Amino acid sequence: MEYVIEMLNIRKEFPGIVANDNVTLQVKKGEIHALLGENGAGKSTLMNVLFGLYQPEKGEIRVNGKSVKITDPNIANDLGIGMVHQHFMLVDPFTVTENIILGKEPRVAGKIDIRSANKEVRELSERYGLSVDPEAKIADISVGMQQRVEILKTLYRGAEILIFDEPTAVLTPQEIKELIAIMKALVKEGKSIILITHKLKEIMEVCDRVTVIRKGQGIGTVNVSETDPNALASLMVGRDVVFKTVKSDAAPAGDVLDIKGLKVNDSRGVNAVKGLNLSVRAGEIVGIAGVDGNGQSELIEAITGLRKLEEGSIKINGKEIANKTPRRITESGVGHIPQDRHKHGLVLDYTIGENVALQTYYKKPNSRNGVLNYRRIYEKARNIIAEFDVRTPSEYTPARALSGGNQQKAIIGREVSRDPDLLIAAQPTRGLDVGAIEYIHKRLIEQRDNGKAVLLVSFELDEVMNISDRIAVIYEGEIVAILNPKETNEQELGLLMAGSKRLEAGENFHV
Amino acid sequence: MKKRKFGLALSLVLAAGTILGACGNDEESASKGGESKKDNFTVGMVTDIGGVDDKSFNQSAWEGLQEFGKENGLQKGKEGFDYVQSKSDADYTTNLNTLVRNDFDLIYGIGYLLAEPMAKVADQRKDSNFAIVDSVVEKPNVASITFTEEQGSFLVGVIAAKTTKTNKIGFVGGVDGSLINKFEAGFIAGVKSVNPKADVKVQYAGSFGAADKGQAIASSMYSSGIDVIYHASGGTGNGVFAAAKELKKKDPNNNIWVIGVDRDQFEEGKVKAGDKEYNVTLTSMVKRVDIAVKDLADKSKNGEFPGGKVIEYGLDQNAVAIADHKENVSEAALKATEEWTEKIKSGEVKVPKTRDELKAMKF
Amino acid sequence: MSNKLKQYGQRSIKYLITSARNMLIPIFSVILGLLAGAGIMLVSGYDPISGYSAMLNGIFGDEYYLGETVRQITPYILAGLAVAFAFRTGLFNIGVEGQLIVGWLAAVWVGIEFDLPKFIHLPLAVLSGAAAGALWAFIPGLLKARFRVHEVIVTIMLNYTALHITNYLILNVLSDKQDKTENIAESASLRSVLFENWTDLSRMHWGIIIALACAIIMWFILEKTTTGFELKAVGFNHHASQYAGMSVNKNIVLSMVISGAFAGLAGAMEGLGTFGYAAIKGGFTGVGFDGIAVALLGGNAAIGIVLAAALFGGLKSGALNMPLEAGVPNEIVDIVIALIIFFVASSYFIRWILSRFSKKGVK
Repeated sequence: MEYVIEMLNIRKEFPGIVANDNVTLQVKKGEIHALLGENGAGKSTLMNVLFGLYQPEKGEIRVNGKSVKITDPNIANDLGIGMVHQHFMLVDPFTVTENIILGKEPRVAGKIDIRSANKEVRELSERYGLSVDPEAKIADISVGMQQRVEILKTLYRGAEILIFDEPTAVLTPQEIKELIAIMKALVKEGKSIILITHKLKEIMEVCDRVTVIRKGQGIGTVNVSETDPNALASLMVGRDVVFKTVKSDAAPAGDVLDIKGLKVNDSRGVNAVKGLNLSVRAGEIVGIAGVDGNGQSELIEAITGLRKLEEGSIKINGKEIANKTPRRITESGVGHIPQDRHKHGLVLDYTIGENVALQTYYKKPNSRNGVLNYRRIYEKARNIIAEFDVRTPSEYTPARALSGGNQQKAIIGREVSRDPDLLIAAQPTRGLDVGAIEYIHKRLIEQRDNGKAVLLVSFELDEVMNISDRIAVIYEGEIVAILNPKETNEQELGLLMAGSKRLEAGENFHV
Repeated sequence: MKKRKFGLALSLVLAAGTILGACGNDEESASKGGESKKDNFTVGMVTDIGGVDDKSFNQSAWEGLQEFGKENGLQKGKEGFDYVQSKSDADYTTNLNTLVRNDFDLIYGIGYLLAEPMAKVADQRKDSNFAIVDSVVEKPNVASITFTEEQGSFLVGVIAAKTTKTNKIGFVGGVDGSLINKFEAGFIAGVKSVNPKADVKVQYAGSFGAADKGQAIASSMYSSGIDVIYHASGGTGNGVFAAAKELKKKDPNNNIWVIGVDRDQFEEGKVKAGDKEYNVTLTSMVKRVDIAVKDLADKSKNGEFPGGKVIEYGLDQNAVAIADHKENVSEAALKATEEWTEKIKSGEVKVPKTRDELKAMKF
Repeated sequence: MSNKLKQYGQRSIKYLITSARNMLIPIFSVILGLLAGAGIMLVSGYDPISGYSAMLNGIFGDEYYLGETVRQITPYILAGLAVAFAFRTGLFNIGVEGQLIVGWLAAVWVGIEFDLPKFIHLPLAVLSGAAAGALWAFIPGLLKARFRVHEVIVTIMLNYTALHITNYLILNVLSDKQDKTENIAESASLRSVLFENWTDLSRMHWGIIIALACAIIMWFILEKTTTGFELKAVGFNHHASQYAGMSVNKNIVLSMVISGAFAGLAGAMEGLGTFGYAAIKGGFTGVGFDGIAVALLGGNAAIGIVLAAALFGGLKSGALNMPLEAGVPNEIVDIVIALIIFFVASSYFIRWILSRFSKKGVK
């Protein structure tokens, strides 16, 4: 019995699209098997088929060599298949144990036996080195811990095969390291893991074998030991990919963005940005490095007018824009690629065309005297779609129907085509595959080369190091250091981000 | 001729393919086209939103029609006597027109709410004869039936005053307006004439069809110490009875009473508590709508339709009176009503019809 | 090239199939509802064929009923538009009933108080109805925008407030303790001699033109203007709208105000068209609440709402004719009507659930 899971020649159709066509995935017992593909390639669909959420049109599923029909997730559970979702399905006010036993509560005389449940969860946690406190409330623990609760949930239900759906997307570098250790521990205990990802680094680090899907088609399975990131990337994208972003040196001119003494409160009224100073010049990319939650969001929201600032000044090309409305700020030459594209970037129920006009619908020629000119709006949208390589059936397709990368391209197209003096890009490549990342990086650098100022906020150190001309490290609402990426390394950045080393203001200001 | 064609064309467009609709249309046009070939004298009535089973006004009128039908050997239906019920204010006009279109020889509108629509319809349908109950419509083809409710209300007021132990009496009205104000003024005058110290609390439900509201008002009245409630509120009054019966059921020693209106509402007051039968209906202010309705139908059948006239029914004609069921009324109270009846008939006492007239009275 | 053509061909065929399916579902569910209603009639011993033919006659059996049906449809269209407009912009306006009532009163007030030439008076009265409704909806809009008070709670409460305030005004200010106002001046009336002639004196009035115009206006605002673009965007995703520089608060208030204006117009139609006066109401007219069903049934789109209003209005007026013509009692008629609406509404539900499912599927 070589394979625990065999999905043979799976085909799954949705009205109008073939999401999976002739995809074969065979997972050996005790291996970590990567499922690699671009966003929208059909990875999630395939896993949902395995988890019983969808029924395939064609193909066969075998578990431990036996042919099975998985018609709903309960059957998948019974077969020992567990899924660690990318978006956690946890009840915040409940404790870890309560969340784990939800739906499968041990009862004593009709009452939930919470004590023995706690004990069992603690044992499981120790066995796999998860170190989760069973009695902590979900709301009080970190994202990394919440993910472990999800893992425990599947283990508690007796899972032998664990599916991890993009598990590292939400984690900090430290947490990623810990997760990799956990996955290795699981495999050592005899579990099998399917890892859905598009991050080649992770595959190289933990996986034994990798199956690649491209545009719904199964491309093949390779042993990780016999391949390298470049080969995998071209398998996934279908062409050669350049990893190291090539760029010339910056030729910065005068300040476009000039922030002085900025103080901003977060939603709870707590001071999140504490007297921050920062300037971005025309023709350079300033990358803000920092651990999530050190005031990045508040900083961006203050610049773009989405949040009131308490103190300080923000100037664009010398003009004060502090506490102006978002529209005034936009019109004074600021483009913004928001961190959360679903929440802020797009109206998902609007068409791509409408979304592309989201900042300009009220201007001529998109509208005249309050009446929209849809012909012009869609004409413009077609141009942007073509120029920015947004893959969509048409400009009339709802934004919701597009993959993350293409949604992001549409947003970038919208913002860049307005030709702003300052482009703020917050986590512009989060959740995207290498192809899209490469493209977006190219676009940002192109903006810089055209003499625009670019402010990049990212939690991915690689990205910041790669793209930026200067790196500003943010810690607890202040810029604690400004560094030249050529003269620094991940270690130094990591330490600065953690607040342990602090350069005196001015020591390394303006490289 | 032209307008008919247009209507037909429109209806054909809308009813395209609905053979049923078209059939009905032909039949109806045919019967309307020629002179009415029916031998029967047909009578129809339009209820207000209370409906024919309101145990009050509409029901009383319907009983009159049924009586008329029985006497003349008619069947319920288009060829005899029938009613149409209204579900909202907007339906009155439609329903009156429906009866016109079905060639009823006499069409009643039951209740003053129909006065306005009837005036309009009567203007438009000059060949039809109408009768409005409880209001006055001055059109040559409308006969108006009114009652001196204030006189009857005065008499039950006397009984209430003679019955109350707490000196607190309630009045529940349907819709606040000149008609029900007649009941209110007469009733209060009756109470105060006998027992000036008694206090009458007045509350309006705002509707003749809201039994739930009636019940809520009555419950709060009883719990505030009121022991006799006179309701002049049509279907809303069913709620008043319900509230009283509920209390009686809980505690048969509870001395609480309802005075009914329009019909003898003795039946509505019956309640069983334990093994014993009780009745919370003290008496009823009977308004013989049935007699008036039947009387007018008889007259019309004989070709004496009093179009354009107002016929007032009162104590003199025995059209407003105390109900026949008198077992809950004390001897003393009955005697008092007889005395006051005489005084009213002789003109010694003039019963107020409005709140202003009531204010002008001295007790 | 030929490939592209083929693609277009396939797409248009698919479009035809989906739109045919979209049309089929409501038609099918109406048929199901009729069958269920027929079952009820059969079980209770009435002839469903004569029952339904009576209903059809009551809807468009002749020109009079056709006119009355159109009159009935008029306020339904506007109430449906009011609900749908708010709904399309992410708000749930349960207060259409209250806005309708104040619109009714305001229109009638202007219709009584002023003495102006018709071309000024009528538009003024109509617009003041709209303005009153808009004002009444402005309150929940403002509270939502300012303090994030949920509009459902506020609008429900304002329904009652509207009911009792207008009743008070009619009783004490607009009339001298009467239960209704005087009639509006002829110069403010929507009555149409033309329609009356066409439809054998039904109460069909010019309001239907206004209602249909409003359907077009709603479509135009939502689909063709920058205002509509903002309103919908705010409804779908207020974060993204704020990010894009739209004022979320302004749009919430604006949405409620426009919605309320439609509701106020519905009231003006009743006040200036159907009735010509405002009367004290014992309870809600129900038109505003039915508007919710109309809007949902019509898929919150202008054309759908007109059709759904036609169904609702048709059933309402058709039902009135069933008891007299087919002898089916009112209670059975109510059940049959409710069943038809139930089936139609659940079809919407089923489709909604299905679409939810397929949405998840694509993701």
